Amino acid sequence: MNFYNLTAHELLSLLDQKKVISEDVLKSLKERVSLVNKKTNAFIREPQVSSPAKGAFGIPVGIKDNICIADELVTCGSNILKGFRPPYDAGVVEKIKAHGSEVWGGLNMDEFAFGSSCESSFYGPTRNPWDLERVPGGSSGGSASAVAAGEAVWALGSDTGGSVRQPASFCGVVGLKPTYGRVSRYGLVAFGSSLDQIGPITKDVTDSALLLNMIAGFDKRDSTSVDTPVPDYAKALVKDVKGLKIGIPKEYFIDGIDPEVASAVHEAIDILKKEGAVIKDISLPHTEYAVATYYIVATAEASSNLARFDGVEYGLREVPDRVRKTPLIDMYETTREKGFGDEAKRRIMLGTYVLSSGYYDAYYLRAQKVRTLIKQDFDKAFGECDAILCPTSPTTAFKINEKVNDPLAMYLSDIFTIPANLAGIPAISIPCGFDKKKLPIGLQIMGKPFAEETLFRISYTYEQNTPWHLERAKL
Amino acid sequence: MEFETVIGLEVHLQLNTETKIFCGCRNHQFGSEPNTHVCPVCLGLPGSLPVLNRKVLLSGIKVGLALGCEINTFVKFDRKNYYYPDLPKGYQISQFDFPIAKKGFLNIKVDDGEKRIGITRAHLEEDAGKLIHDDELNASLVDYNRTGTPLVEIVSEPDMRSAQEAYDYLTALKLTLTYLGVSDCDMEKGSLRCDANVSIRPAGQAALGTKTELKNMNSFSAVKRAIEYEVDRQTRIVISGGKVVQETLLWDEAKGTTHTMRSKEEAHDYRYFPEPDLVPFTLTDSDINAVFKELPELPYVKLFRFKKQYGLNDYDAFILISDRSIADFFEKCAVLYSDAKKIANWLNGPLMKELNGRKKSFSQLSLSSEEMTGLIRKVEEGVVSNLVGKDILTTLLDTAKSVNAIIEEQGLAQVSDDAALIRVVDEVMAANPKAIAEIKSGKTSAMGFLVGQAMKKMNGKANPKKLGEILKGRFENV
Repeated sequence: MNFYNLTAHELLSLLDQKKVISEDVLKSLKERVSLVNKKTNAFIREPQVSSPAKGAFGIPVGIKDNICIADELVTCGSNILKGFRPPYDAGVVEKIKAHGSEVWGGLNMDEFAFGSSCESSFYGPTRNPWDLERVPGGSSGGSASAVAAGEAVWALGSDTGGSVRQPASFCGVVGLKPTYGRVSRYGLVAFGSSLDQIGPITKDVTDSALLLNMIAGFDKRDSTSVDTPVPDYAKALVKDVKGLKIGIPKEYFIDGIDPEVASAVHEAIDILKKEGAVIKDISLPHTEYAVATYYIVATAEASSNLARFDGVEYGLREVPDRVRKTPLIDMYETTREKGFGDEAKRRIMLGTYVLSSGYYDAYYLRAQKVRTLIKQDFDKAFGECDAILCPTSPTTAFKINEKVNDPLAMYLSDIFTIPANLAGIPAISIPCGFDKKKLPIGLQIMGKPFAEETLFRISYTYEQNTPWHLERAKL
Repeated sequence: MEFETVIGLEVHLQLNTETKIFCGCRNHQFGSEPNTHVCPVCLGLPGSLPVLNRKVLLSGIKVGLALGCEINTFVKFDRKNYYYPDLPKGYQISQFDFPIAKKGFLNIKVDDGEKRIGITRAHLEEDAGKLIHDDELNASLVDYNRTGTPLVEIVSEPDMRSAQEAYDYLTALKLTLTYLGVSDCDMEKGSLRCDANVSIRPAGQAALGTKTELKNMNSFSAVKRAIEYEVDRQTRIVISGGKVVQETLLWDEAKGTTHTMRSKEEAHDYRYFPEPDLVPFTLTDSDINAVFKELPELPYVKLFRFKKQYGLNDYDAFILISDRSIADFFEKCAVLYSDAKKIANWLNGPLMKELNGRKKSFSQLSLSSEEMTGLIRKVEEGVVSNLVGKDILTTLLDTAKSVNAIIEEQGLAQVSDDAALIRVVDEVMAANPKAIAEIKSGKTSAMGFLVGQAMKKMNGKANPKKLGEILKGRFENV
């Protein structure tokens, strides 16, 4: 039996009915990884399997390689963390292990989650299972590719500006960025601390709810996690959107958006309307400033978060052949020069610049003010509607190397996903069709803070009316 | 030309909370094996996050209130970014635009009374680790035990006008801080560190001169010496027509000189920005009032009260309040014995001498107010002499026996029996005709000599007052 095509909830039900045993599921998944990972490069390393998991959730969860698993490598797709093994589990890993599940680390990613294509990894690009010449999106490209290729039943990614949703969209799977504070960031190697959130990447909406059930909740080790009750998200999986008000922001249907993407999203709107949702035109007037704001806030935080990779305590340490300045400065410079890739260096420089004395007010402070305006746009919009619907990304998956030399074009791939991170609100990407090249298209639904249940309800209703989530990439 | 010296001080104080500022590691790690009091958080491992220790916040508020500061109810932390191997995250979590406390003051004693030194701000931050330079390995090693030790940085206004005032400010500050019990304030252990900003300007000029920052002083007197050296250096530069360069200087204790650490051009751009891992929050008035209620009586308030309530002079009262445990002890004694001045004399005299001799602080000894006042009473009642009383105090501290037991065991009670005293007086007079002749010729100072001789004969146990009376009587009868 080919377990790799099944969802977690399908496998769980088979396990429950004792039609399969978890050893067979694990064996099948491992075989799948051995077979297709050389094509996708979704896993940087073959998953380490200790013992078959027991308990209700015995399906291994793939883990993006910026989430710490005790005593296992965590590379962040970078050379600078060479050989580093954290001595502790991330909050989410603890929770998954407590549920009796395996964690499979080592899912590829853009270096330090800097990117929208999974091409900037030190360990080579990950490929899109729907077309191996194309990118899987990023930065959680390894997670999305692995789930789409059946190498992982479900996986975790991290989302700072769209890094869960955009690759989910490109790979035809479901990606959820929970509300900021819903899931513990403890053990997630930080990129933009005020934006980062760990989220599930799954084959369908049901799995997304089940995985969120596992990882959500307060963690006293993360001061930004919120101590509010976690509902049973599975209960939100109802096929009913009657009376729900869904806002369509005019600023998200701009020139330059792929017409096939736009038409798929409009079809989705029609389906929800038919199911009884009330569709409203809304405005999020500061949307056009979101990308600029994001690249100031996120890079500022990143430049500081990445300062710890200096060759002193762990990871890579390089020294030049001959003394250049002082032994200490030489080590810092050579280590960081050889440890970081181009995009990481670009963002460290940008972030350092916007925080520099004399520029702080013009860039960082102003960006924070605009961030507040963007947040207020959403507050206002959510006064009129329960959820906001738009494309996840303006295009479907682009070709490998297509945008590598044009960072600005690459940055625009996240134009629709970034605002949710700036506002801290939850957002989900679900498959909503394919373009003529048979590349998946993603639909994004954004909700009020801690209203993940609303997102699940709308997504589930849509999913029950469409076949997209049943399609599998042929590898 | 006359110059005026302008000094502002920055004091870093390690707080003595049980655990570190952002993690659960024990905070009392001085002298421990390197890297044994560390965890992923204070090591700055990737993925770790800080959580504020509430006790640190309360200590910060305490310090602020004791220095008469306004407390910022908006509690916010910032990142101060710079690279150094003892700083594992590449940034220090500190407070930039919302220090926990601001706009306070501290009074210091000056010749003509008191002077108020302004406190600009006091903010909370984490300490860094320590670099150990190993000559044998020809390498630098890092000990992270100290990282995450909670600090309060107390920044004064440039209100001090001499090295002595800086010294007095530090003394007064340390006294206040030790009263609060928030730190052991030990400069040798590094739990109190001080940097000095020093400039000079022509007397009468309002604008400040170019300042230099002095670092690496490890005692209050070193601070004083370093400032004196620096003022002298700056004065020479200006007099010879030069200009003082803004820079950071390191004090060399052995040479008694300073040398440049970094110039203004090399100064860091710390790129402060709000710490996104710690969510700002607002303190309520009742949070602050709760801390206020816990504040002890502060040293200068105690000084005034001691003078007023116990009729002590400034000198006695000041010595007593200079150690909170002695001041408390004094008050316990004063409940049991009504002559406060006598108690002050005993505490500031013989007891202080014992402490100095033993190199111990009062709180390290066990002396009860009952025994202390019992001893004073014995001396005042003439049961033992003042001299013997001091010996009893020594024994008291050595053995923890009671005053009564010591007197009894060693037979120290004074002899006040007339017959015995008359006998001794007669013997002494017979043996010293020269002294008697002198007294008769009007040189009464020889009287003391005779008393001393009689006392010696009685092993110091004679009641000196009675002895004197008997002797005097002998000469009046003549």
